[in-house]
Amino acid sequence: MSVSDTTALPLAEESGPAITPLRKGTDPMATAAAGPWRLVARKLVRQKLAMAAGAMIVLLYLVALFCEVIAPGLPETSRAQYTFAPPQRLGLFVNKPDGTSTFQLHVKGYRTEIDKVALRRTFVVDETRIVPVGFFVKGPAYTLWGLIPMDTHLIGPLRPSDPMYLLGTDRLGRDLFSRLIYGTRVSMSIGLIGVSLSLMLGVVLGALAGFYGGWVDMLIGRLVEVVSAMPTIPLWLGLAAAIPVTWSPLQVYFVITIIVSLLAWTSLAREVRGRFLALRNEDFVTAARLDGSRERRLIFRHILPSLTSHILAVVTLAIPTMIVAETSLSFLGIGLKPPVVSWGVLLQDAQNVRTVATAPWLLFWPAAAVVLAVLSFNFFGDGLRDAADPYHG
Amino acid sequence: MSGLPPTQSLPPDVVLSVRDLSIDFTMHDYILHAVRQVSFDLRRGETLCLVGESGSGKSVTARSLMGLVERPGRLVGGSILLREGDGAVDVATLDPKSRAIRAIRGKRIGLVFQEPMSSLSPVHTIGFQIGQAVRLHSGLSKDEARERTIELLRQVEISNPAAMVDRYAFEFSGGMRQRAMIAMALAGNPEILIADEPTTALDVTTQAEILDLVRRLQVEKGMSMLLITHDLGVVAETADTVAVMRYGKVVETGGVDAIFHAPQHPYTRQLLAATVKLERGARTVAPAGEPVLSVSNLSKVYSTEGSFFGRKPFSLKAVDDVSFDLHAGENLGIVGESGSGKTTIGKLLMRVIEPTAGSISYRGADGAMREVTTLDAGGLAAFRRDVRFVFQDPFGSLNPRMTVREIIADPLVVSGLGQDRKQVQARVAELMTMVGLDPKGMERYPHAFSGGQRQRIGIARALALDPRVIIADEATSALDVSIRSQVLDLLLELQQRLSLSFVFISHDISVIRYFCDRVAVMHRGKIVEIGPAAEICSAPREPYTQSLISAVPSPDPRHKRMLNRRRFVAPVPA
Repeated sequence: MSVSDTTALPLAEESGPAITPLRKGTDPMATAAAGPWRLVARKLVRQKLAMAAGAMIVLLYLVALFCEVIAPGLPETSRAQYTFAPPQRLGLFVNKPDGTSTFQLHVKGYRTEIDKVALRRTFVVDETRIVPVGFFVKGPAYTLWGLIPMDTHLIGPLRPSDPMYLLGTDRLGRDLFSRLIYGTRVSMSIGLIGVSLSLMLGVVLGALAGFYGGWVDMLIGRLVEVVSAMPTIPLWLGLAAAIPVTWSPLQVYFVITIIVSLLAWTSLAREVRGRFLALRNEDFVTAARLDGSRERRLIFRHILPSLTSHILAVVTLAIPTMIVAETSLSFLGIGLKPPVVSWGVLLQDAQNVRTVATAPWLLFWPAAAVVLAVLSFNFFGDGLRDAADPYHG
Repeated sequence: MSGLPPTQSLPPDVVLSVRDLSIDFTMHDYILHAVRQVSFDLRRGETLCLVGESGSGKSVTARSLMGLVERPGRLVGGSILLREGDGAVDVATLDPKSRAIRAIRGKRIGLVFQEPMSSLSPVHTIGFQIGQAVRLHSGLSKDEARERTIELLRQVEISNPAAMVDRYAFEFSGGMRQRAMIAMALAGNPEILIADEPTTALDVTTQAEILDLVRRLQVEKGMSMLLITHDLGVVAETADTVAVMRYGKVVETGGVDAIFHAPQHPYTRQLLAATVKLERGARTVAPAGEPVLSVSNLSKVYSTEGSFFGRKPFSLKAVDDVSFDLHAGENLGIVGESGSGKTTIGKLLMRVIEPTAGSISYRGADGAMREVTTLDAGGLAAFRRDVRFVFQDPFGSLNPRMTVREIIADPLVVSGLGQDRKQVQARVAELMTMVGLDPKGMERYPHAFSGGQRQRIGIARALALDPRVIIADEATSALDVSIRSQVLDLLLELQQRLSLSFVFISHDISVIRYFCDRVAVMHRGKIVEIGPAAEICSAPREPYTQSLISAVPSPDPRHKRMLNRRRFVAPVPA
């Protein structure tokens, strides 16, 4: 520190506590000059699990952003000859007829077997049929973000007509892997859009309640209680039933987001209210009031900046609720409907026991995607919450 | 475990010997050497004072004696020898979770904490909490333990102990809670009592009573005491031996008389000088300008009406019919104990809270008197530009998310003077220089500054709008003694340069005596006495003021004041 109390009275030989840096050449007091966001980031980086979860979230959003490129096929392409085809394994080496083996990314083709008793046709992986697979291959044409026409896929069979179903197919012979990746876009973005809606509602109402107190607080408090007391599923059912059948999938998508977020803002409002109540009586807020600040300036310039990191943490923890809500709505058949692909819509295919028995991958992979996303957000949000207040703990 | 080789045995009168004790705190990217090779001996029946400013490592040292060093702290060297028969046990080598150390805690060494509020459980009765300690150490039955608890409460001079034993902590005053804590520490009949700032959270009169009590108990039970404090007055009144700590080192050890009258180390001398300086007034000429602020019959009553749910109507007169004038260029002190209403007066003056009755009039720069209690928003804003406030807490009063430049410039920006960025920057630099801060620190956040520096930032913010009156509420209470006198000197210097008037609210008589021309003494919402500072502090007329002044510890072991203090029994309010 360049300025020190003790400089005023030059005295005893030492001017500060005894400190040994753990790494050579670093100045432990460098934190002194860092801003609050740098301190939050520094605290967050120390939490390994939160950082790993954060990386997973980034990865999921990258997948959502570039799902057309990453998916080997289109979500709607169905091939009747491959219904309920089981998942294939990616192999690295191919045995040549002369006994040597060479590197060739590949999957094994399918062979049909007829069950003599049930007279049912089933697919088994045919070890002899090799389907060579490559990166950045030409495949079905698509337009990236509805704008750029392309036909390159991150991964796919070298011959477009060959079957490559890494996670198997559904009852119409559509590639589950491609559908899961397209579903990421819808499911992950519904969380984000929904949360930003409830963020606005929650922060505004929570801030009003916390800052003004009195009857405003009372009114908003009761509203929060009434909304959170509503049984969610019947309410969703009612609201979803009110959506006209003639609406386009995109319209339905936005209405569903609004429905989900209308019920999810309450916890956010409570959190913000509590923080406001605590900060309202802090000396620095009184000081700002005595400096002549009006209420708008008090709220936006003095109180909210102290809350942003907390709000960010709460928001991160609210996203998974949205994702789960969308999934359950769609699973029940009242949320998004085909042809829109989301994780919930995919799970809808796994609703009956017979399907689960013959094609368990239809249940497992979409559910795993939901679990992965929700856990990532929760771990990251927990870490963020711990790091949100850089001046304590 | 018990006893060491006879070569390590202690001198006959020493009960506890600390040798080269070192404690490190491993932080994220550095190691803080909180305690560095500290050595001292505690003799039988003696009081040893560990004195030092905040961050000197005195509390950590005391806690390590009971094996209470919490992570990330670590004992890295030295020994703590506790007498056991003819030999000694080294507490430093014991596992902090072992049975051996639990036998020492409470049974052989008792501990009294600083905060009587948070060290008692709010959901159990006082009797239950002390009873637990009693049964833990003695194996008495429930009824016997209760008898013993009542006896302990009687020993710590709690009146009607048989009834108080079933009360909860929130029904006790601060002083009574500290008495209960002492009773708990005595439950195991320890030979050594460690008291960590036992009176810091208490009023001076309560402090004097607690120190009296502790001394009496110590003599009766023949205990040795380790008293940790930052207050040299308390040291002078109680200590036999003193160890002065700074930045984790003991810089000087000696008898109390030697420390106070022949200090060797420059730090001890500085500490003494800063304390003794506050024993006299800094103001010589009392200015007699016109009143700038005139308060008459001001009252504030907090009341709630009875409600449908059976809440009883209740009212409390926080400020009761108070009148005083603040003259131009004058420093008016308002002194009182906690709950006397002094802070409420400060808030009423700024109209942070609205008065119930009475008037406050303010003479503006144009010479016209204005009634403050009826000002509209615009008038109030103008008033608050002239009359500024300095807060007690240097940590809570600065927005942690704003840089120092933004904090100091905020009043300028709000009042519309801060349009030009360059100008604001220059003004902030000027203000920072004025309060003795380096303007280069302008872009830093408050957490980069020490308590004293933060208080200077708060003062700079108050000065930004060229005020005429400053109301300072306990502005130096959170600061260490050497910093405190520096800040007071800064305020006096600024007063000369900027012709300011001060209303200085404090519980600390020495600060008031040093800084103020006139003093108003408050008790239970009323001003009991008002007059020149020198007169009030040396020859007070009212019995309450006499008891208050005589309870202030004197930083001179040859002139102990507290023993001969006057006691004041407040008349029971109707």
